[in-house]
Amino acid sequence: MAAPETAPLDPMAPLVARVTRRHHDAPEVFTLELEPEDPGALAPFAPGQFNMLTVFGVGEVPISFSGDPVDQNRLVHTIRAVGPVSGALTELEPGAAVGLRGPFGVGWPMAEAEGKDVVVVAGGLGLAPLRPALYRLFAERERYGKIVLLYGTRSPDDILFRRELEAWRGRLDAEVEVTVDHAMAAWHGNVGVVTTLIPRCSFDPAQTVALVCGPEVMMRFAIAALMDAGVAADDIYLSMERNMKCAVGFCGHCQFGPVFVCRDGPVFPYARLRGLLALKEL
Amino acid sequence: MTFPRKVVREQPTQRGLMGSEKQAILDAEGLQALLTALKARGYRVIGPTLSDQAVIYDDIETLDELPRGWRDEQDGGHYRLVESGEDRFFDFVVGPQSWKKFLHPPQQTLWRARREGEAVTVTPEPAEPERFAFIGVRSCEIHAIAIQDRVLIEGPHADPHYRARRQDNFIVAVNCARAAGTCFCASMNTGPKAESGFDLALTEIDGPEGPLFVAESASAAGEDLLGELPRRPATPEEVAAGTAAVAATARSMGREMPAEDLRDLLLRNLEHPRWEEVAERCLTCANCTMVCPTCFCTSVEDASDLTGQETSRSRRWDSCFTLDYSYIHGGSVRSSTQSRYRQWMTHKLATWHDQFDSSGCVGCGRCITWCPVGIDITEEVRAIRDSERDPVSES
Ligand SMILES: Cc1cc2nc3c(=O)[nH]c(=O)nc-3n(C[C@H](O)[C@H](O)[C@H](O)COP(=O)(O)OP(=O)(O)OC[C@H]3O[C@@H](n4cnc5c(N)ncnc54)[C@H](O)[C@@H]3O)c2cc1C
Ligand code: SF4
Ligand code: FES
Repeated sequence: MAAPETAPLDPMAPLVARVTRRHHDAPEVFTLELEPEDPGALAPFAPGQFNMLTVFGVGEVPISFSGDPVDQNRLVHTIRAVGPVSGALTELEPGAAVGLRGPFGVGWPMAEAEGKDVVVVAGGLGLAPLRPALYRLFAERERYGKIVLLYGTRSPDDILFRRELEAWRGRLDAEVEVTVDHAMAAWHGNVGVVTTLIPRCSFDPAQTVALVCGPEVMMRFAIAALMDAGVAADDIYLSMERNMKCAVGFCGHCQFGPVFVCRDGPVFPYARLRGLLALKEL
Repeated sequence: MTFPRKVVREQPTQRGLMGSEKQAILDAEGLQALLTALKARGYRVIGPTLSDQAVIYDDIETLDELPRGWRDEQDGGHYRLVESGEDRFFDFVVGPQSWKKFLHPPQQTLWRARREGEAVTVTPEPAEPERFAFIGVRSCEIHAIAIQDRVLIEGPHADPHYRARRQDNFIVAVNCARAAGTCFCASMNTGPKAESGFDLALTEIDGPEGPLFVAESASAAGEDLLGELPRRPATPEEVAAGTAAVAATARSMGREMPAEDLRDLLLRNLEHPRWEEVAERCLTCANCTMVCPTCFCTSVEDASDLTGQETSRSRRWDSCFTLDYSYIHGGSVRSSTQSRYRQWMTHKLATWHDQFDSSGCVGCGRCITWCPVGIDITEEVRAIRDSERDPVSES
């Protein structure tokens, strides 16, 4: 999906939104629901897009939408506290003010995926930017072929969105696998990296769109496994992460070779990044 | 001059239309009249001045502030002003600063937020229109301004601050009658003659009683202003003297960029051993990016008063040579010097074409002059190019 058509007057100035709900998902991970004070000022978001969120006096960081795109009034963001800004975001209580700019970027190829099998591969917090796509896939189930969701985390405690995962796992029209890197005896599920699940799943590689999000190493392995399974580079989409200071193409920080991740991505077909991902420190 | 959208791509075809009757001669008095007239029209007049032993762009009112009689010596890691012993106004070339100092300043407040009780109000910093008249803009610099226009106002989003500072400029170009030891605009097709993107262009020639300027206008505003100044028509000999001086400059460039498809050359050599070699010399000081007239990268900083009632965000120039620039949680993407030098050079010369449909380099040579260890972008390109030609290093 393209960036909003009518750019706001000052693309660097945030709108004010309020935290309406805060939910603890996993160690260090919280989901915030935000409501803009002036809802009319925002363009609708698409799965895979992101907002720039400001904690006043602390800073601003890119955070993906993690909520249901059907419900455009609730802006949902799932955030891992890793540093000053993300940490401050996760500490905000309901009622607190947040600065918000967005939505930004090109999201998941929901239209291209219609009529095809969809394989979703998520690592860790990578499930958050994929959740809007999953809501859409299941809400419009008849438009897609097989749906496969493979999700890996470090440990059972880190599993996000358990309620949704349970619901999706219970469906007969989807294959949902969760795996963890390390587990105690109480865990009866898969153990091992998520990419090892790919060869075990059934989908038609010639008619598949794959959506991949997670740490860069995990995405490399996922791409290799998907290509081994016969999925074309054009049909594998990944969401890239780069330092971002503007999200509108001014600051330069998000460059990855020729692309600006903020506006050409963050979601790219692997075919477009193939040569670049193989290079160190690009 | 309002947004010369196509400066770089435009071919120098309409020049013929102007003919020599459009060319007038100004003397020093005429030049002073130009400064005065611009000020009278409400422009903030900026031009080259002498300061800290360098040519610095600053507010000027009179001719006395120009570095008359001075000339620069430039080479890799070397800049020195010397008295030339000649009565000429513009015998120096470009200094450490560029016009981006005014159009895209090093520091810019973006917005302020105020908390009152529960209410928070964000006030974007007003984009203050400034009417700049720039005196002595070189051809490479006109190209650099056009490049920054494309980045900051011609993309999907426009930077209101840049736009406000850019929208009402009066550009007085000076065609270079001398090239510095680090100039290579001729090989980048960006100079030394200003072809478009200015209101008035001046070519300095030696008259019997002191310096004269062959002046031509390229906009209605320029023509209008020129019509107000004390002047006389240029003789064919004077026009020819100006043309010859600029042609001689084109032949005496201190550096030359190899005539090659630089984009393809660099992109097929992203893992060339030369990156490692140059990294042994590069100090990652970021000087090259600060003096570069097209480098546009910025970072942001938030500030807060003690109570947290008033907060603000400002942006400042940043450089791809810093570690922070590419930091993402867990570490910087480009931690080695070679990866940062490669980012800089391949962005400038290669991926800029993908992003903005032109090179990001205008051949001004500042990055060579102001590099403390004299790293030369043309030499780095040549080393990579030659390695492809030399069958020994290919094996
Ligand atoms: C398109 C996109 C979507 C993202 N979506 C989410 C999400 O849904 N949930 C979530 O928890 N995180 C997400 N991130 C990562 C998140 O932006 C970083 O964790 C955050 O910037 C860290 O900032 P900090 O100040 O808390 O920590 P520090 O690690 O101290 O970071 C300092 C600065 O470096 C930059 N930075 C650090 N890590 C990253 C990073 N991974 N990506 C980009 N810039 C970084 C930021 O400018 C930050 O202010 C996303 C990143 C991108 C690029
Ligand atoms: S990435 Fe580097 S070379 Fe490119 S504009 Fe930014 S500072 Fe300049
Ligand atoms: S985040 Fe600033 S250019 Fe992409």
